Amino acid sequence: MDKKATRESYGEALVMLAEKRNDLVVLDADLAAATKTGIFKKAYPDRFFDCGIAEANMMGVAAGIATTGKLVFASTFAMFAAGRAYEIVRNSIGYPHLNVKIGATHAGISVGEDGASHQCNEDIALMRTIPGMTVINPADDVEAKAAVLAMADYEGPTYMRFGRLAAPIFNDPATYKFEVGKGIQLRQGDDVTIIATGLMVAQALSAASELSDIGINADVINIHTIKPIDREIVINSAKRTGCVVTVEEHSIIGGLGSAVCEVLSESCPTRTVRIGVQDVFGHSGPAPKLLEEFGLCAENIINVVKKTLGK
Amino acid sequence: MDITIKRQLERTAVKVRLGIIEGVYNAKSGHPGGSLSIADTLTYLYFARMNLDPSDPQMPERDRLVLSKGHTAPALYSVLANRGFFPVEELKTLRHIDSRLQGHPVRGKIPGVDMSTGSLGQGVSAACGMALSGKLSNDYYRVYAILGDGEIEEGQVWEASMFAAHYQLDNLCFVVDNNGLQIDGKIKDVMSPYPIDEKFKAFGWNVVCIDGHDFDQIEKAFDNAERTLNRPTVIIQKSIKGKGVSFMEDQVSWHGTAPNEEQYNQAKAELEQQLAALS
Repeated sequence: MDKKATRESYGEALVMLAEKRNDLVVLDADLAAATKTGIFKKAYPDRFFDCGIAEANMMGVAAGIATTGKLVFASTFAMFAAGRAYEIVRNSIGYPHLNVKIGATHAGISVGEDGASHQCNEDIALMRTIPGMTVINPADDVEAKAAVLAMADYEGPTYMRFGRLAAPIFNDPATYKFEVGKGIQLRQGDDVTIIATGLMVAQALSAASELSDIGINADVINIHTIKPIDREIVINSAKRTGCVVTVEEHSIIGGLGSAVCEVLSESCPTRTVRIGVQDVFGHSGPAPKLLEEFGLCAENIINVVKKTLGK
Repeated sequence: MDITIKRQLERTAVKVRLGIIEGVYNAKSGHPGGSLSIADTLTYLYFARMNLDPSDPQMPERDRLVLSKGHTAPALYSVLANRGFFPVEELKTLRHIDSRLQGHPVRGKIPGVDMSTGSLGQGVSAACGMALSGKLSNDYYRVYAILGDGEIEEGQVWEASMFAAHYQLDNLCFVVDNNGLQIDGKIKDVMSPYPIDEKFKAFGWNVVCIDGHDFDQIEKAFDNAERTLNRPTVIIQKSIKGKGVSFMEDQVSWHGTAPNEEQYNQAKAELEQQLAALS
């Protein structure tokens, strides 16, 4: 299976977008080479502005540009977009409900060697609490590009999460359709529901395939829009299987797992187990090794499912 | 400045101050001190300088103003109301449940407010974004941002200042309201931002220092800003916190306190006297 980092897809999608939107402006904070907005910068240098290492100001500048009606993307690492600039995103973008698209790359533990200071496992939790903020976490190249193009036509603040590590491309560009707020049923099964997001969707699929070999049939749901979450798809599947496992490259606190638990505890109480970063900081190492170590892999999903079902 | 126009602005500024007192008194909370110190400059901008139309607040070519020191919303509301953006009577609803006049300005709630502010240091960045956007599409509007002198202790102000100079935003003008006081005391005692002028000069800005209660100097400063090319301008105005109400002047205790009935009556009487003296 081909692989591509979703940050790369982001950079390429911005160029595709610029072809039809001449009001597109892209900001970065001295990370254009890493966030891949550099691809856009090269193609459209007049519409790219480097804000330097000053993420708070960049978010405010994005807000100001949005007040004038232009389409603006502001990019940096998830750590600085959601973490450092949180209050500016909350007060200058979220509160006035401005049409700013935040392209946050290097999310999660798969940042790898840079270590815990740059491995942001808290961004979904932070962004999800801001009223009116849409939170998107695409799973592969096809979904990432479609999401960027779709969200450009959507009016309102949006946080988009992209990864550093090359991710398997499992969606078919010919048939894939991105609908904000709509989960995607990737596989049908009655024994357990596996709800995954971002980099973990491919792992969930591969886990489900192995589980079926031992007679466990899993529903696999891709939640690319964590907020607003697709309540219907979550509840319908939980009703059918009676057991839910969530998988995310993010803290188990405040992210996909929390969002699913909120839906289920209120509308369809169901046993739910959360796979994710277990309230700890990461550390340096190659991304694939770290993902394994933190249980963010098909093997751990299989183990958790088997244990949860008592098999 | 023409003496008739100057006299008119002085009268309007007193009316603006009356509106500030009216709002804060009825709210039983709010920030009169810094509202009164910026009242003259805001009056000048909205009545003699900015390209705007109260009947068309969203006019695309309008000049923009971001009240980065958002807690002085009573001054902005009073100026907007007196300029005809909404009824002056509405100032009495300041900070009330269901009022459009929130404690700090909110974009989209009140005609004439382009940016939500209140969390200090943030409005300046939005102003930079507006100015950059104007440059990008050759729209010739000007952007003003009003900052407190305590506010410039926020690091984001200096990120924004670096940005504005780097992108040569000569359509952008900051006003630092240097009334010398912040909540915890004198700015020089709490966390001195001095020398303010040298700091902005070092950041590549055109710096103009004036008396913020002298309309001749105010006008000249904004003329200077508009003439200055390839770099942004900051007007650092010496001002008196609480200006116009004797017992509030230069008193840190009036930063965020509302007058009681007796104080309200006294403030109103003083301002009405000033108005009478100007007619």
